[in-house]
Amino acid sequence: MSERKKLLEVKNISVVFGSRKKAFTAVDDVSFDIYEGETFGLVGESGSGKTTIGRAIIRINAITSGEIIFEDERISGKIDKKKDKKVVQDIQMIFQDPMSSLNERAKVDYIVSEGLYNLKNYANDAERKKIVDEALLEVGLLPEFSSRFPHEFSGGQRQRIGIARSLVMQPKFIIADEPISALDVSIRAQVLNLMNRLKKDLGLTYLFIAHDLSIVRFITDRVGVIHKGRLVELAETEELYNNPLHPYTRSLLSAIPMPNPNYEKSRKVIFYDPDQHHYDIEAPKWVEIKKGHFILANQPEIDTYKTMLESNIKGE
Amino acid sequence: MTSINRTREPILKLKDLVIKFNLRGKTLTAIRSASLELYKGESLAIVGESGSGKSVLTKSCMGLLDANGWIDSGEIIYKGYDMSTYKVEKDWLKIRGKEIAMVFQDPMTSLNPLKTIGKQVQETLELHQKYLNKGDAKTATYDLLTSVGIDNPEKRYKQYPHEFSGGMRQRIVIAIAVACRPEILICDEPTTALDVTIQAQIIELLESLQRVYDLTIIYITHDLGVVAHVADRVAVMYAGEIVEVGTADEIFYEPIHPYTNALLSSLPQLGVKGEVLSAIKGTPPNLFKTIKGDAFAPRNPNALKVDFLHEPPMVQVSPTHKAKTWLLDPRAPKVPISENVIRLKNEWGSSE
Repeated sequence: MSERKKLLEVKNISVVFGSRKKAFTAVDDVSFDIYEGETFGLVGESGSGKTTIGRAIIRINAITSGEIIFEDERISGKIDKKKDKKVVQDIQMIFQDPMSSLNERAKVDYIVSEGLYNLKNYANDAERKKIVDEALLEVGLLPEFSSRFPHEFSGGQRQRIGIARSLVMQPKFIIADEPISALDVSIRAQVLNLMNRLKKDLGLTYLFIAHDLSIVRFITDRVGVIHKGRLVELAETEELYNNPLHPYTRSLLSAIPMPNPNYEKSRKVIFYDPDQHHYDIEAPKWVEIKKGHFILANQPEIDTYKTMLESNIKGE
Repeated sequence: MTSINRTREPILKLKDLVIKFNLRGKTLTAIRSASLELYKGESLAIVGESGSGKSVLTKSCMGLLDANGWIDSGEIIYKGYDMSTYKVEKDWLKIRGKEIAMVFQDPMTSLNPLKTIGKQVQETLELHQKYLNKGDAKTATYDLLTSVGIDNPEKRYKQYPHEFSGGMRQRIVIAIAVACRPEILICDEPTTALDVTIQAQIIELLESLQRVYDLTIIYITHDLGVVAHVADRVAVMYAGEIVEVGTADEIFYEPIHPYTNALLSSLPQLGVKGEVLSAIKGTPPNLFKTIKGDAFAPRNPNALKVDFLHEPPMVQVSPTHKAKTWLLDPRAPKVPISENVIRLKNEWGSSE
């Protein structure tokens, strides 16, 4: 497992909005790595800072401290033009709401080629057309659609256009910010299947930002749980679902309704009270409690979590 | 609960309801002959994709159809009166709020941003109940706010909607809806705009209000997780029709209609990691056109020939369960059921 190549390293980043008295820390000392070819999930409720992290990676929000390293090169802070171009090309984003993320007045052809126009990395117009057609086919749309406007498409198709738009840049890494939460249930499966297929075919790496833990379980390899700007737990997906340790993770897991009446009858919601930690006595640290399973805890908590893990293993 | 339903008279009954809209000179049939019963005290969930007509169906029960829509035929019977014949607003004013109330999806837009929340709750109370003086109405408002879980109502009364979080706002919307002790509460996607943790709290609130006020609740949602949690009975809608009705257990563990099956098997929550989800292909039919046969047939990979030719009949499978599909015809071949549904049934269905 240690041989896997790190594609992205996020090191102790903080994002602070406003200054002095009005300062608001949206992201507080967050670190994680994303390995090549994996889907990394970031879960938390609204306002937890998960989107800000995504936006910080793609350089929309500047980070206040820490650094972000992509393919062994720092991409945060001031970087030269060449590197900036590389970041633009290699990292792409898929947005939440396909209804508002496409330019209503532009044809699909323009929407998909906008990135190409900006970078001018094609020889002639025929070549650009070819790239667009290929991208549309890749996401299951027809090349003929390129002369249509976004309003002529359904939600699922619009999300596919959004994905095609990111694919023309031949990215290595895609940040998907709640890509399916605005879609109808019947279309979600299509888009998830598409994302999984592209990952396999094109060797993509994803950062999947979501608030719905039940969908995250299906699509991600590893998950980080974020609460009020701090990462509280991070582990491989199945490990996190089988051995959730942090009370916030447990509360989040207990809150998801499952499409299963008999399970629902027995589900008990655990409420999370941040005051249950005694962090004023001893500040928490980010520790690896088990191989690949990280948690934010102070010493007394680490001891409790360790016993919990042991009893879980015995229980199995 | 459902076994008692059989012997009870429904409090709301929709009979062969057809609702049409005039859009750009063309006629759209949003509801194509829907029949549904609602029993006192139960929670009924209506599920279906966007555009399937679930909101139109419930809005017609409150006289809230847009000006270009009308009830073409059929009946809406509430307490013995046929509400589909109501022509003037005055008739509906007797129903709205007092008898049937509604909680809308987005608490950001359903409150007036220029009025304090106390005023908004109190005006509903004053409109429907005669209070001797302002003080009484105010006390009633405080009580109501407390009952939906808003602490410190005296202070909160004077605040504006923007000073509340999404979950708190939804509590206020619920307070306004239950202010006049309605018989039926219609919740149109009550938790879709909220976070999971807040969603859990709102659902808990609705369930406790249901016990306290003896409410009958209709949930409109496309979140099948929420449906599994709250619903006694489930109605599945597709293209303006109710294609299957049953108890929650019947719909989740013994689905019959191909659409119900397809919907359940496309859920990522039930999927196996690394495998391809069975997505529903295509798009819902165009409701401007007349639909021949089974509306779902073009998207159903296992559709029978007859599905494209004749409209399937609604067949009763158990006292509580019926589905509108040719698969229930004795001549129909056996159609394979998806893995997800079988897994769900085997793991959970038999634990009664």
